[in-house]
Amino acid sequence: MTGWMGSLFRRELRLAVRVGGSGLVGVLFFLAVVTVIPFGVGPDLNLLARIGPAVLWIGALLATLLGLDRLFQADRDDGALDLILMSGRPTELVVLVKCAAHWVATGLPLVIAAPVLAIFLNLEPVAIGAVTITLLVGTPALTLIGAIGASLTVTLRRGGLLLAVLVIPLAIPVLIFGVSAADAAVNDPVPFLTPFSILCALTLISAVVGPFASAAALRFSSD
Amino acid sequence: MFTGLSFSVGSGASLQVTGANGIGKSSLLRTIAGLVSLTEGELTVEDGDPELTVGEHCHYFGHQNSNKPALTALENLSFWRDFTAPMSKTVFDGSAQAPLAALEMLGIGHTASIPAAYLSAGQGRRLALARLIVTPRPIWLMDEPTSALDTTSEAHLLYLMNLHLKRGGMIITATHTELALSKKQKLHLQAAELA
Repeated sequence: MTGWMGSLFRRELRLAVRVGGSGLVGVLFFLAVVTVIPFGVGPDLNLLARIGPAVLWIGALLATLLGLDRLFQADRDDGALDLILMSGRPTELVVLVKCAAHWVATGLPLVIAAPVLAIFLNLEPVAIGAVTITLLVGTPALTLIGAIGASLTVTLRRGGLLLAVLVIPLAIPVLIFGVSAADAAVNDPVPFLTPFSILCALTLISAVVGPFASAAALRFSSD
Repeated sequence: MFTGLSFSVGSGASLQVTGANGIGKSSLLRTIAGLVSLTEGELTVEDGDPELTVGEHCHYFGHQNSNKPALTALENLSFWRDFTAPMSKTVFDGSAQAPLAALEMLGIGHTASIPAAYLSAGQGRRLALARLIVTPRPIWLMDEPTSALDTTSEAHLLYLMNLHLKRGGMIITATHTELALSKKQKLHLQAAELA
């Protein structure tokens, strides 16, 4: 990682850690979503084990959306976004580095919390491992897709809700393949690797499309 | 937005843009910075780096300080030093102070390890100004540079601006107060006569 990218990454991480535990808030929200589901569906352990991976994935998706609106808005509010656009660094790479730091601060804690929360849902060890791995591979895609929504809504005062509406449809493929890979690990007939490879491919695609679309939207937003 | 607008600023010269409120002084600066795209006309930097846009030759010192309250003054400044792409020495050999030296020079060296949230308005302004002297760039675009500064800081600002001009830099300011800059030109924006 060259100097300026490292510097940007460290700044974003420092801000995320100091400004008020965005990672922790995400994990708490994740915990709230996951613990409330068993109260809704009742104490059927088999049912919980069957829908467990889906519950964890939806919880992770919602928790990711929670912190995304600040991804560029904080920089826009204090004028730093203008300076970033003038800095002479490729905006696409800036977006990618910001997403990476954002994922480490908010996505990674969700992945780490997932095995603990999976126990609440009566998942068996294999399923716990599968869900954690799919979340590890899939949550970066959620952040990168979310960056598009974050840059489109950067000029709006309360863009958080619009962002969720914009991002959720785009995140559906990630959700489908994430959950089906986790299911495939437990239910034999389908091989685990097929949906899992598609999930990896989705993450790689969003690592390309996300920064380009997001950078274009940011350049447009300064007009 | 603008019609019949044409101007040039030579090396070592400054341009003071004046005009009534809302006439478009800030918009002019933002257009030069590349933050507002041109619909017509062109902007060029002679003898600049052909690979860079006009905006990438510029420092923009606007109304907002862009200091992150959670980071210390030194962290804020060091980030901008690392992040902002400098000019190559052949194009412009300007001031490239070390961050701590720049803070000392602006008289806020003692705040280096204090989070920017605790800085006063004037100190925050000076921290933003320090950004301009840690990365060399030939053109300074300054929107109301003297706001929130006391008389000593204002004198200091003028000293820095004149130093920049002496090194062959250019300054374009939008301001209402007279600034004692060397080789000053003026550009007065006026509302167009409605036919």
